[in-house]
Amino acid sequence: MSVVYKKSKMLTDTPFHYCPGCTHGVAHRIVAEVLEEIGAEGNVIGIAPVGCAVFAYNYFNCDIQQVAHGRAPAAATGAKRCNPDKIVFAYQGDGDLASIGTAEIVHAAARGENITVIFINNAIYGMTGGQMAPTTLLGQKSTTSQKGRSAIVNGNPIRVSEMLAVLDGPSYIERVSLGDVAGVIKAKKAVKKAFENQKAGKGFSMVEMLSTCPTNWGMLPLDACTFVKKEMTKVFPLGVFKDI
Amino acid sequence: MRELMKGNEAIAEAAVRGGCRAFFGYPITPQNEIPEYMSWRMPEVGGCFVQAESEVSAINMVYGAAASGARVMTSSSSPGISLKQEGISYICGAELPCVIVNMVRGGPGLGGIQPAQSDYFQTVKGGGHGDYKMLVYGPATVQEAVDIMYDAFDKADKYRIPVMLLGDGMLGQIMEAVEIPKMKDSASFPKKEWATDGTGVGEKRRVINSLYIEPDVLEAINHKLFDVYSELEKHEVRFEEYLTDDAQTIIVAYGTVARIAKSAVNLLRAQGIKAGLLRPITLFPFPTLAIEKLAKKKNVKDFLATELSMGQMVEDVRLSVNGKKPVRFFGRTGGNVMLPEDIVNAVLEGK
Repeated sequence: MSVVYKKSKMLTDTPFHYCPGCTHGVAHRIVAEVLEEIGAEGNVIGIAPVGCAVFAYNYFNCDIQQVAHGRAPAAATGAKRCNPDKIVFAYQGDGDLASIGTAEIVHAAARGENITVIFINNAIYGMTGGQMAPTTLLGQKSTTSQKGRSAIVNGNPIRVSEMLAVLDGPSYIERVSLGDVAGVIKAKKAVKKAFENQKAGKGFSMVEMLSTCPTNWGMLPLDACTFVKKEMTKVFPLGVFKDI
Repeated sequence: MRELMKGNEAIAEAAVRGGCRAFFGYPITPQNEIPEYMSWRMPEVGGCFVQAESEVSAINMVYGAAASGARVMTSSSSPGISLKQEGISYICGAELPCVIVNMVRGGPGLGGIQPAQSDYFQTVKGGGHGDYKMLVYGPATVQEAVDIMYDAFDKADKYRIPVMLLGDGMLGQIMEAVEIPKMKDSASFPKKEWATDGTGVGEKRRVINSLYIEPDVLEAINHKLFDVYSELEKHEVRFEEYLTDDAQTIIVAYGTVARIAKSAVNLLRAQGIKAGLLRPITLFPFPTLAIEKLAKKKNVKDFLATELSMGQMVEDVRLSVNGKKPVRFFGRTGGNVMLPEDIVNAVLEGK
């Protein structure tokens, strides 16, 4: 029997804790495969966030730091500046990156830190049980916006990729979707470009991945994928926002 | 060769000579000379300097750099140190070595920019969340600050803890003649097998973390950290005694206030009053046993703790004296600094 597909060697053997239908696993796999493909094994420092992906330190087969909520771009800055020859990536969710960590991501981007950021946007706080995120859609229900997010009461969702793209620092910013296979293939291409940019010393790269949270959205996995494609992309259009 | 240097700059150079090769900071008075100095000095010695967007970010840059094995420091002053508390707690939880300078100014809130010692509680009792301690020094002179800073990275590496140099606006701004020791050889620094320097893979993969979901595991980590703090209490306590042998009144003071207190002791002695000074150099670990020993002496009648605060270290003095003798307090705040005569009067009031 021949092996046609296998787990990336940049992932450990630890089983993911993610819920059924959650796309964190897909995102992890993409990052791991890309790290392997660019030959980064034994040359990587990962930064894990606070949120569902906090346990990323159990999954990526590289040196990895778990850091405080929202501070991953700062920790990545410290690690990269002291180890400029290493590939440094931060993996963050929307609460982490787009709410509590806005200062850190904006300034890491503005400085053009030569790091790669993987931004998982699933429009909800997953780990804490489904509270409203900065990226929650208007009308979307969460445990802290139970009648649906209202612009007047809860404010509007933040488009991080567009926001960062106006800065001079970033070299590459793209938003992709993990809602279907075509999206996943595109996502991998984007992640590869983001890491290759870092290898080439081009500076800050970020890939925003529209992701699912069936558990906290109260949806079946397939419906969650449809929600990403039909609803999330209306507010968070896919595309390349910066590429220099 | 002794040089006339400003406290902040001398401390920065001592850090460089002690092996510091990464600095992350944010401007705040009265410590600005440290980041200013490091901004040109770090690149000169092949290190890195980043002016962060906030104190929060700066301490997390320290986290990332320390976790990847660098000798790294930050500096700030009281309001900025408050912002760093989250990061300090994580640094302690993740057992990361680093050095932090706090040139204390008056508070609470924005307070003032003049010298104070009102961050004592925050520093030695844990300003962030969770059970943790730092190795805390309260140097009294620029030379002492230099000597402490020179070895601070070794101590941080040895125990895998943050070391804090708790100064005050005076120590940072004063100019004194100092001798700065020669550059340490980085080849002599301990190898950090635990550091996430990027080379780890498979079984040699390293994880820097402060999350322990299992209660028994976290409890074991808490005990492990406190085993380290016990080692500090055994090996790192430092203090100076001045004319305490026959003293009836023991003045306890640290930092620049201890210099004023020393003058007060001399003035009191000139009046025939037997005063002495106990000067803690480490604030954690506190010289508890030394104070307890003095409290047990027959000739010692009372203690006076004097600080630039409403009374913070005095609580540790009282714990150490443990009711054996009266402990009084005299303090100035708001950035006001007492004169030796003020301390003399405070001692005489107790007679």
